[in-house]
Amino acid sequence: MDFSFTEEQSMLRDTVAAYLADHYDFDKRRAVVTKEPGWRPDVWKAFAEELGILGAPFSEDLGGLGGGAIENMIVMEEFGKALVVEPYLGTVVIGGGFLKHSGHAGAADLIGGIIGGQNIFAFAYAEPKGRYNLAALETTAKKDGAGWVLNGHKAVVIGAPFATHLIVTARTSGGPRDANGVSVFIVEKGAKGVTTRDYPTVDGNRASEVYFENVSLGADALVGPADGGLPLVEKVVDEAIVATCAEACGVLRRLQEGTVEYTKQRKQFGVPISSFQVLQHRMVDMFINLEQSISMTYMATIKVTDDAERAKAASAAKVQIGKACKFVGQNAIQLHGGMGMTDEMAIGHYFKRATMIESAFGSVDHHLARYEGLSLGKAA
Amino acid sequence: MNLDFTPEENAFREEVRAFIRDNYPAELRKAQDEGRPLTKTEYLLWHKVLAKKGWVAPGWPKELGGTGWTPTQKYIWSEETAKADCLPTLPFGLSMLAPVLYTFGTDEQKQKFLPGIYNGDVWWCQGYSEPGAGSDLASLKTRAERVKGDDGKEYYIVNGQKTWTTLGQHADWGFFLVRTDPDAKPQSGISFLLIDMKTPGITVRPIITLEGGHEVNDVFLDNVKVPVENRIFHENQGWTCAKALLAHERTGIAGVARSKRNLEKLRTIANTERSDTGSALLADAFFRRKVAELEIDLTALEFTELRTLAGESSGKGPGPESSILKIKGTEIQQRLQELALEAVGHYGAPFLRDIAASNETVGPDYADGSAGEMFNGRKTSIYGGSNEIQRNIISKMVLGL
Repeated sequence: MDFSFTEEQSMLRDTVAAYLADHYDFDKRRAVVTKEPGWRPDVWKAFAEELGILGAPFSEDLGGLGGGAIENMIVMEEFGKALVVEPYLGTVVIGGGFLKHSGHAGAADLIGGIIGGQNIFAFAYAEPKGRYNLAALETTAKKDGAGWVLNGHKAVVIGAPFATHLIVTARTSGGPRDANGVSVFIVEKGAKGVTTRDYPTVDGNRASEVYFENVSLGADALVGPADGGLPLVEKVVDEAIVATCAEACGVLRRLQEGTVEYTKQRKQFGVPISSFQVLQHRMVDMFINLEQSISMTYMATIKVTDDAERAKAASAAKVQIGKACKFVGQNAIQLHGGMGMTDEMAIGHYFKRATMIESAFGSVDHHLARYEGLSLGKAA
Repeated sequence: MNLDFTPEENAFREEVRAFIRDNYPAELRKAQDEGRPLTKTEYLLWHKVLAKKGWVAPGWPKELGGTGWTPTQKYIWSEETAKADCLPTLPFGLSMLAPVLYTFGTDEQKQKFLPGIYNGDVWWCQGYSEPGAGSDLASLKTRAERVKGDDGKEYYIVNGQKTWTTLGQHADWGFFLVRTDPDAKPQSGISFLLIDMKTPGITVRPIITLEGGHEVNDVFLDNVKVPVENRIFHENQGWTCAKALLAHERTGIAGVARSKRNLEKLRTIANTERSDTGSALLADAFFRRKVAELEIDLTALEFTELRTLAGESSGKGPGPESSILKIKGTEIQQRLQELALEAVGHYGAPFLRDIAASNETVGPDYADGSAGEMFNGRKTSIYGGSNEIQRNIISKMVLGL
């Protein structure tokens, strides 16, 4: 049992933190996300070429740094502190995850493109009526000779405006919510029949509604087994949840520390408001929420590679992080008073990201119900 | 970062299991199963077995009798002893007084008092709280005046009242905070004294708590004569000892392993009890949600404790962060007790203290005492520095507010 980081891991954290401190301050980010294209391809290029972090969780024979979930955690936590919008989660964690785990014939080439910064992935899984059920799919792929024909509408695909490739879940057989009959495809975003409606999200990101109309896919578009893709989807989504928890730890730390700093400066009734016990105890509870979130993120990062423990660990962590995002985020705004309501201060932007993380890949209720099923057996 | 156990650690776990299986006193097991208050002898049975084995004080420095275990071994130890429902060793001597003694005591004091603590020959009690000094401990008023005795030696004459003295009815000796300089600022006029409980002038009076138990006591001190050499550390600097003791008290207080075991018990109860619809209570949507949330919170606490232990092994002592363990640990213990009481439904009500001797029960065995445990458990967020005081500590020491 060991909770320390290796020298390489500490170096990775320092490298990312130093780069973001130099190139990613709040004002710069704010200017970028409010105008087109909403992200910085030059930063992405630097991630690939200067920092080499897009290869962090890939094996060395694929050209990566030989890391895994812990390296993703480190990068995502630092990204959370700076509210990075560039699509590491969609590309490296999710796109890379599907390619690594599926044994796809083109995986090595596609991963090479991820590491080099050319291939950018977005995960098209959510649907207008599917909520958080990964098998609730109305998007269909029908067999057509050796290949497939894809039809459907995917909702709020984060990072799709920047993407070169989409990972798409579709129903290839079975009824609307059946576990069987789910398949996963890689679709080039420029393919004929793919249209998108792009828009900004409330937390400074970009997303798209993605429509597929008779999109013709080759046999090699299939990732993982036909009809039996759900376990693969669950595995990658659990990895994405754990990485998102790590991002949340960065966001929560900024919310907690920013609030402590602000209350020491802000004077009312002739004294800093940090001298009021009712606010001190609130900030202690924010701090405890942060510490418990870090603990759960460590736990889930370690267990996510163990298929027997993975799902339970990811849902448990997401429950803790979801609750913490609400408590720490809302109280950060409350303790900043009117200033917390302004667009000018960073705190509100961290709050908005925390609020989106709260329900990302499933709300607290969703993951509690999933955890219950896994830990306590069937409900009545 | 990993959670793997080495082959040596797995072997250690096996050794611990085998030792408990072969050496846990049968007499004590029987007394625990009967659920009655333990006698003084019974309290110390397991302690003495462990002392003989050399495992009674894992937290002490190795040269003084500590085990030299790694944090992982300590974790394994607390897991296995909790799983086997071993009686925890009493903390007063082993984990409260001993660290003060070996940190601040003279060689003579260490030689005189540590062996009795280790072997379980001397039962210690704590004289901290007073009727007027609870959370504001530094306002304590028990007075110690220094005088020269007829024998030419120096003594303190102690007068005052201590309260909430846990299991003081059995104590041979007590460690007391007393005021030696009434004119100094509250924290700077306090001294730390060891007092023989048989000294004339000491009266121990039971306090019966709301579940009907006799665990805590008032201790009255009326012109109690204490040799000056029984003072630990400098005169008027006892607050330094008091604070060190409280930090040690907090780390053990999380009780993760025991809460895990009690959670298992709760799940068994909730699988046996029926919901309104006739399903198992654990399948009931509302009840299972509470159990799941508790289980997740306990996991978070477990990993926070593991992170704290890992930090301590790299040289940091128990810091103010240990207050998190106290707050979350006691909240979880209380929620477990509340859910156990809720789970047993009607059979939380019977109060069988007076007929317990005849071994009569009403309703299922697991329901017996569930209300009493919940009532008694309310103390945990009050003692050892209330959870509000713990928040003050984090606020001041960690957040710098």
